[in-house]
Amino acid sequence: MTRPAMTTLLPLLAFAGLAVALVSGAQRETAMDFPGRLDRPLPEFTLSPMAGTDAGFSSADLNGQVVLVNVFASWCSACRQEHGKLLDLAQTQDVPIYGVNWRDSKGAGKLYLTRSGNPYVATGDDSAGRLGANLNVTGVPETYVVDAKGRIRYRHIGPITDKIWADVLHPLLSELEAES
Amino acid sequence: MIVELGHYALILAFAVAILQTIVPMVGAQKGWADWMAAAGPLASAQFALLAIAFAALTWAFVTSDFSVLLVVENSHTLKPLLYKISGVWGNHEGSLLLWVLILAVFGASASWFGGNLPASLQARVLAVQGSIGAAFMAFMIFTSNPFLRTALPPFDGNDLNPLLQDPGLAFHPPFLYLGYVGLSMAFSFAVAALIEGKVDAAWGRWVRPWTLAAWIFLTIGITLGSWWAYYELGWGGFWFWDPVENASFMPWLVGTALLHSALVVERRGALVVWTLLLAILTFSLSLVGTFLVRSGVLTSVHAFSSDPARGVGVLLLLVLSTGGALTLFAARAHRFNRPVLFSPVSREGGLVLNNIILLTAAGTVFLGTFYPLFVDMMSGDKISVGPPYFNRTFLPLMLPLLIAVVFGMNLRWKRDTLKASVRRGAWALLPVVAAMALSVVLGGTSKTFGAIGMAIGLWLVIGSFAWWVTRVNLFRAPLTRSLDLARTTPRALYGMVLAHMGLGFAVIGIAVVTAWQLETIRAIHPGEVIQIGSFDVRLDRVRGHLGPNYEAERAVFVVSKDGRNLGEMLSERRFYPTSGRQTTEAAIDSRFLSNLYLVIGDADPSGAWTVRAYWHPFVLLIWIGPLLMAFGGLVSLSDRRFRLGATIRSAPPQALVAKA
Repeated sequence: MTRPAMTTLLPLLAFAGLAVALVSGAQRETAMDFPGRLDRPLPEFTLSPMAGTDAGFSSADLNGQVVLVNVFASWCSACRQEHGKLLDLAQTQDVPIYGVNWRDSKGAGKLYLTRSGNPYVATGDDSAGRLGANLNVTGVPETYVVDAKGRIRYRHIGPITDKIWADVLHPLLSELEAES
Repeated sequence: MIVELGHYALILAFAVAILQTIVPMVGAQKGWADWMAAAGPLASAQFALLAIAFAALTWAFVTSDFSVLLVVENSHTLKPLLYKISGVWGNHEGSLLLWVLILAVFGASASWFGGNLPASLQARVLAVQGSIGAAFMAFMIFTSNPFLRTALPPFDGNDLNPLLQDPGLAFHPPFLYLGYVGLSMAFSFAVAALIEGKVDAAWGRWVRPWTLAAWIFLTIGITLGSWWAYYELGWGGFWFWDPVENASFMPWLVGTALLHSALVVERRGALVVWTLLLAILTFSLSLVGTFLVRSGVLTSVHAFSSDPARGVGVLLLLVLSTGGALTLFAARAHRFNRPVLFSPVSREGGLVLNNIILLTAAGTVFLGTFYPLFVDMMSGDKISVGPPYFNRTFLPLMLPLLIAVVFGMNLRWKRDTLKASVRRGAWALLPVVAAMALSVVLGGTSKTFGAIGMAIGLWLVIGSFAWWVTRVNLFRAPLTRSLDLARTTPRALYGMVLAHMGLGFAVIGIAVVTAWQLETIRAIHPGEVIQIGSFDVRLDRVRGHLGPNYEAERAVFVVSKDGRNLGEMLSERRFYPTSGRQTTEAAIDSRFLSNLYLVIGDADPSGAWTVRAYWHPFVLLIWIGPLLMAFGGLVSLSDRRFRLGATIRSAPPQALVAKA
């Protein structure tokens, strides 16, 4: 064989694709469109307490109020990014934040909150990922805005940033409070 | 003054590296012997200059010279000496300097110990090595200079991240870098061979020991990192599938594949094209490792620098080196495509299977690590995939490979039958089946995964040992004859047996800990007892304690088993005032390869302390296994074949001269 074969070109092509992806990934700002608005009932659930904590929570506990349901895990680095914002919200805002500890190992969720502070009014264990599956969680962190009638009105994928809070979540929460 | 000396040395080293890139390469193209001969002295000079630069920076850290910005940001006068020194590489700029220093060490070694290489190949290898060094030094000088001064020196520094102030982590980065950077040799050899248009026996014999040496360091580096995470992060976990862990694991997987395929090149002259590609990929993944940590493109706890300009810089280096090498590969690799016949069932066939599985496994890790990045690009969402993904994709892939290892060892070169291989290895199955049955009897069927993992681990350990027993004809031939055979068995084969046994031990450790570990979390007052397994752990007292650069709450536990006192264990929560950070020091007591692991948490208003207690059976095997693998590599590296540079077992396969 003396002719260059297509097969030896393949690694280069694959790499070129990857490089383009990486370069644009490294330079890009997070996209600022919010396709997360929806309107569907919150599935009914009862979450047992996380290992090392006393109480879990259930969908009934959320009744009659506008709340944020935040899905988190100790192994998730993006959750660490938004944790400061959550703590800040818990201090300065009225909206209660409920924490779903998703697919975490026993004790890790509690340790995570002990370490970095606990922004949640209540937390529950979803180590099996059952509630996550009902909510169609694809990854963590995800945050759901649930209105007073128990309907999910917004789903935010990824960490809550100052911009997301100011542009989307805060106006939406005010709007929902006014509704109820 | 000393700092300026280091600064000048760095810039001079950059200039020398540029010369080292150009002069020997031109010499090799034109066939000018004196230009080619310049490569060695230039490589030595580059090494000496970088050593001076590194020593100067170390001096600045040790003497706490706070006129140097890097020292201000990463050191403190009260810090223990060891961490002042490890602070040199506990940051972006300093770790880059260590990176290029190690690169220069490998380059210089290739000139010092490379006397038996063809002159043109050696010149080209050193030129490629020089170009990598030049690129990284340019990146360092222009975006991340460690020697920059500050106009207003403060009285004291900002301290090193306390998580990094730990003996395990002081040595983790140097080993990891020796591994990452050592893989550059395989890369340089591959690129040089592509330019040269020739891959011969000497090439195969040269690439393998360098790859092996790098692989040994990488193995030790990853093991140290895992051990550090286990006792320092206070979670009791040993592997988190964190992007940075994955970054070191991917080159390890592909490097392991390269080790095995280079064996086929060396012994049979086959898989040449594939091996060239692996050599390029392995080092590229090392660069990706650097890129991942440095750029902050993937956020992680480890990232101590996240400056986009630097990220793009490292990325540019990656594109130039990998892209360049792959272009060369695309243009010239077909010349090395020489059909060598072997049956699918043969040692070669087994090694191909090994390569396919290892590469697929590395691919799944790659996908899992980069998936969040791609999702981010497509939709702007930031997500983590986390351990569930890896446990479901990586583990099922690895299981067949682990089972196949022993059969592969029993296969003969060129042509063999499955039946014969199975017959040679099968008697190792007996104890394995027995152990599995025993674990089912003892633990019931609820721990199926643990039982399977343990059985596979035992299969590896016993099967590898059995391979050696068969080879030296133990129990069949007279003992003196067996001893004779054992003595003449090449060390490379002992290395293989030890490495595969180490792999088995690691698998046993992982399986047993995952399936049978115990954990308890409770809030208790001093004087109260929690039970974990057969141990009674009493929280005796919690007292304040003052360290050199931290304040701590120190909990003293008194541990007893069946009423017998086993002594005290100490766990601390440390607070580092300078950086305002907190760390947890777990109390770990090792007995029979297993660990009792205690961690003190917060106190509630009633004065009860949260205590987490773990029992990790056979957990030490998780680190002993890889260390045994590294030791096996070392034994293999000491083989005469590598030291003499000539095959003693078989005539060298004929040179694969390119038919251009």
